[in-house]
Amino acid sequence: MELLGLYHYWVFVVLLMIGFYAVVAKVNLIKKLIGLSLFQSAVFLLYITMSKVSGGTAPIVLPGMVDPLYSNPLPQVLILTAIVVGISTTALGLGIVVRIKEEYGTTEEHEIQEIDRR
Amino acid sequence: MTIVFGIFLLTLLVITALGIVHTRNLFVAVMLLGIFSLLIALNFFILDAADVALTEAAVGAGISTVLFLGALALTSERERLGTRHRWLSLAVVASATLVVLYATFDKPRFGDPNAPVHQHVAPWYLEKTPEYVDIPNVVTAVLGSFRGYDTLGEVFVVFTAGIGVLFLLSSRRGGANHRPPGERDASGIGLREHVIPRVVGRLLVPFILLFGLYVQFHGEYGPGGGFQAGALIAAAFILYALIEGEDRTLAAVPQRWLNALMVGGALLYGGVGLAGIVLGSNFLDYSVLGADPVAGQHLGIILIEAGVGMTVTGTLLSIFHAFAARDRA
Repeated sequence: MELLGLYHYWVFVVLLMIGFYAVVAKVNLIKKLIGLSLFQSAVFLLYITMSKVSGGTAPIVLPGMVDPLYSNPLPQVLILTAIVVGISTTALGLGIVVRIKEEYGTTEEHEIQEIDRR
Repeated sequence: MTIVFGIFLLTLLVITALGIVHTRNLFVAVMLLGIFSLLIALNFFILDAADVALTEAAVGAGISTVLFLGALALTSERERLGTRHRWLSLAVVASATLVVLYATFDKPRFGDPNAPVHQHVAPWYLEKTPEYVDIPNVVTAVLGSFRGYDTLGEVFVVFTAGIGVLFLLSSRRGGANHRPPGERDASGIGLREHVIPRVVGRLLVPFILLFGLYVQFHGEYGPGGGFQAGALIAAAFILYALIEGEDRTLAAVPQRWLNALMVGGALLYGGVGLAGIVLGSNFLDYSVLGADPVAGQHLGIILIEAGVGMTVTGTLLSIFHAFAARDRA
C-alpha cells in the first residue's frame, strides 16, 4: 500500500519518457509534436496529482459544509492555463510543419536535412 | 474503489500512449491522442480538478484533434521512416526513466495532506477567498484575482501564438482573409452530404454554444471560466464548419470579428488592470472598481474572464480557419 502511493508518479514518469522517446527517436515532425503533447500531458498529470489531498474535494467553497477539506487549487490554476497555452503553441508548431512541407515537400527530418545539405 | 478506478485509468493512459508512439499511421495516432486526452481528463476529475478536466476535455479531445487532422490533411498521413538511432534513443530514454523513477521515491505519498505543496500559499487562498473575493470557486478566484498577472501573461501567450499561426499560414498562397469569392470546391462543402453527422451536428451546435456561455458566466460558482468557455465556443463553431463548410461559418462569423475578439479580449484584460491604477490602486487590483472591495473583485473577475473567453475563442477559431483555408488554397 505504501508503494501504491507512488503509482501516479510512476505513470507520470512513464508517460513523460514515452513522449520524450517520440521526440528524440521519431523522424516525422508531426509525430514529434504528438510526442511533445504526450510529454506535456504527463507534466499536467504530475501537477494535478500533487494537488490531490486524500479525502478532499474540489476547491469550491459551498456554505453548510462541515469541516471541509479541499484539494489544492494552485496547481489546478497553473495547469488550467497551461492546457490552453499548450494547444496554442502546438498549433504554432503545426503551422511551422505545414510551411516546411510546402517548402521542402516532406515532413521527414532526415530528408529535410539532406535537402539542406545540397 | 476510486483508487482502483484511478489505477485502471492510469494504466489505460500508458497503453494508449504506447499505441500512439508505436503506430506508423498518423491518423490513428491523432485519434488515439484524442482518447488519451479524454482519459487524462477523467483522471483529473478523479483527482478533484474539475476545472482542469473540463478544459482538457474541450481542448485536448476536441480542438487539438481537429488541428492535428487539419495539419495532416496538408502534409501526409503516414510516417515513411519510423525511427532513427532507435537503440541510442532507447538507451537515453531508459537511463532518464531510471533517474526520474529513483527521484519519485523521495516524493510525498499520493494524497498526503502534509506534503510541502499544501503548506505554502494554498491554505491562505482557501481561507481568504470567501473574505476577500467571496466567490465559491477558489480556482477562479486564484486564476482571476490572486494570480491575475499569471493569467494576463497566459492570455498574451495565447494571443501571440494565434498571431504567429496567422503570419505563418496566411502568406503567399492567400490566407483566410483574402480568398477570392465564389471559390468553392469539394472540401468547402463539409459534411453536408452525410445525413447523420449533419442532423446530429446541427442539433448539437446550439447546445454546445449555450453550455459554453453557461460555463463562461457560471465560472465563479462552479467549474468553469473564460479558458473553458472559449474552448467550448470555438469547438461549437468548428463543428459547424465541419458540417456546413468553411464558407458558411466565415459568413456567420467573419475573420475580422475573430481578429477583433482576439485583440479585444487581451485589451479588455489589460484595460481592467490599468483601470486599477487609474482609480488609485495597483495594476490588476480590482478592489477599487466597485462600491466596496468585494463588489470590485466580482466586477473585475467577470470582466477579465470575459476578456480571456474572447481571446481564447478568437485565437482558436482563427487558427482553425488558417489551417482550413490553407487546405483549399
